[in-house]
Amino acid sequence: MKILEANHLVKSFGSLEVLKDISIEVKKGEVLAIIGPSGSGKSTLLRCITQLEDVDNGEIVICGETLCAKGENGKAQYASKQQRRKIGLHLGLVFQNFNLFPHLSVIQNVMNPQTEVLKKSKDEAEKHAKELLAKVGLTEKENAYPCELSGGQQQRVSIARAMAMNPDLLLFDEPTSALDPELTGEILKVIKGLAKLKTTMVIVTHEMSFAKNVADRVVFMDNGYIIADGTPSEIFDNTDNTRIREFLAKFDD
Amino acid sequence: MDFASIIQSIFGSINVEIFFSKMLAGALTTLEIFFLTLLFSLPLGMLLCLGRMSHLKVVSMPVRLYLLVMRGTPLMLQILFVFFGLQPLFGIQVDRFSATIIAFSLNYAAYFCEIYRGGMESIPKGQFEAAKVLGYSKSTSFFKIILPQVIKRIIPPMGNEFITLVKDTSLAKIIAVVELMKVTEEYVNSAVNVVPFFVAAVFYLVMNGVVSRFFSVVEKKLSYYN
Repeated sequence: MKILEANHLVKSFGSLEVLKDISIEVKKGEVLAIIGPSGSGKSTLLRCITQLEDVDNGEIVICGETLCAKGENGKAQYASKQQRRKIGLHLGLVFQNFNLFPHLSVIQNVMNPQTEVLKKSKDEAEKHAKELLAKVGLTEKENAYPCELSGGQQQRVSIARAMAMNPDLLLFDEPTSALDPELTGEILKVIKGLAKLKTTMVIVTHEMSFAKNVADRVVFMDNGYIIADGTPSEIFDNTDNTRIREFLAKFDD
Repeated sequence: MDFASIIQSIFGSINVEIFFSKMLAGALTTLEIFFLTLLFSLPLGMLLCLGRMSHLKVVSMPVRLYLLVMRGTPLMLQILFVFFGLQPLFGIQVDRFSATIIAFSLNYAAYFCEIYRGGMESIPKGQFEAAKVLGYSKSTSFFKIILPQVIKRIIPPMGNEFITLVKDTSLAKIIAVVELMKVTEEYVNSAVNVVPFFVAAVFYLVMNGVVSRFFSVVEKKLSYYN
C-alpha cells in the first residue's frame, strides 16, 4: 500500500526553481532516506509534502487521498481547506531545530496536540504521552521544560510529540543537523528503533552511514531533480553516477 | 508643637481633612480612567494587531492609517475632539467622563496594537509551523501556542505603557473631569500653596509603585521558561 505518492512536483521561490520535476513514492513500512547536497531541494520537498509550502504544480496523494492534482493550466489544484487539514493529520514532521513549545513542559508538549487536535481526554493523552516518553528514554524529564534539556533530549521529545498523533508517515528534516556530533547518536538510535517497528519514514539526512544502514531505499537529489532512487547498496556501493560519487567522496574522510 | 499643628502649618489655609477626602475621590476617578481604559484598549489593540498583520491590504491599510492618526496626534487633542467635536460633526453628545474613556481607549489601543505586533513577530516561525503540522486550527494555535509566548515577551513594554497611562490620566482635566490632577490644581490656585503638588506626586508614585510591583511579579511568574 502506498502511503505517499508525489508526481512531477514543481516549486519555485520567485525566479529560483527549487523543485523541477520530482516524483517519489513511499510504501507502508518503508524507510526512505533523501540525501544530496545543500540547496538541492530536499527540505523544500518535505515542506511541500507537509503543506508548509504549496507546490506550483504536480500531484500529491497521501494515504489514497489527493492533496493536490496536476492542473491543466499549469497550477496545482489543491483540495478544500477542510480536506487539506484532514490529510495533514496523516503526517508527522520532526524539524531540524525541534520547535518544541517552550511554555509547555515535556509531557504537555506531547499531550497538548492530542487533547487540542485529536480531542482525546486528558487521561488518555497522558497515558499515551508517558508511553512515548518511555520509548524515547525521557520518563524522568517529563516535568522539565524544553529550555532545561540538551538538544538531543529536545529532539527526542519532538519525535515523541510527532508520534503522539499516530501519523501514517513520519518525516524527518535533518533531525541531527542542529546537534553536537556526540548527541546525534541518541537520535539515530531512536529512529532505528522506529524502523524496527516498521514505522513508515522519510528522512532527509546528511548522516550517510545512517542512511546506508537504516533506509530501505535511498533517493539522491541534486539541483531540484531526483538523480537516483534505489537500494542503499545501489546508491552507496555500486553507482556509476559521477555526481553521486563526488558527493559521497566528501563524507569518506 | 504637636504633630497635628505641624501638619496644619504646612498646609496653611487648607482644611487638611477635606483636602485629603477630595484628593482620594480624585484618585478614585483616576483609577477608574486607568482601569476602564485598559478594559477596552487591551482587547481592541489585539483586534487592531490582527488587522495590521493581515495580508489583505483592505484590512491592513485602514489600520495603518488609524495608527498614524492615533499615535501622530496629541492625546489631549483627541480628548478635546471626542468631547467637543462629535456634537457638531455627528450630532452625538457624550458626557465628560465617557469622552475621556473613549479617547483614552482608542489612543492606547493603537500603542497596544504595536506592542502585540512586536511580540507576535518575535515568535520564531517554527512555532507557527510546528502547530500547523500537528494539525492545530488557526485559532487554537493562536490561543494555546502563540499568545502565551507573546504575553511573556510583551511584559516589559506593557509595564512602560501602564505606567505612562497612570500619568496620562491627568490629561482628563482638560475637559474638567475631576480626577487627581484637577483637584490638585484647584487647591493650588485657590489656596496659593504648592504643597498639593507634592501630595499629588505621592499619589501618582504610590499608584505606579503598585503597577511596577505587579509587573515584576508577573515577569517572575513567567520566568519558568526561556
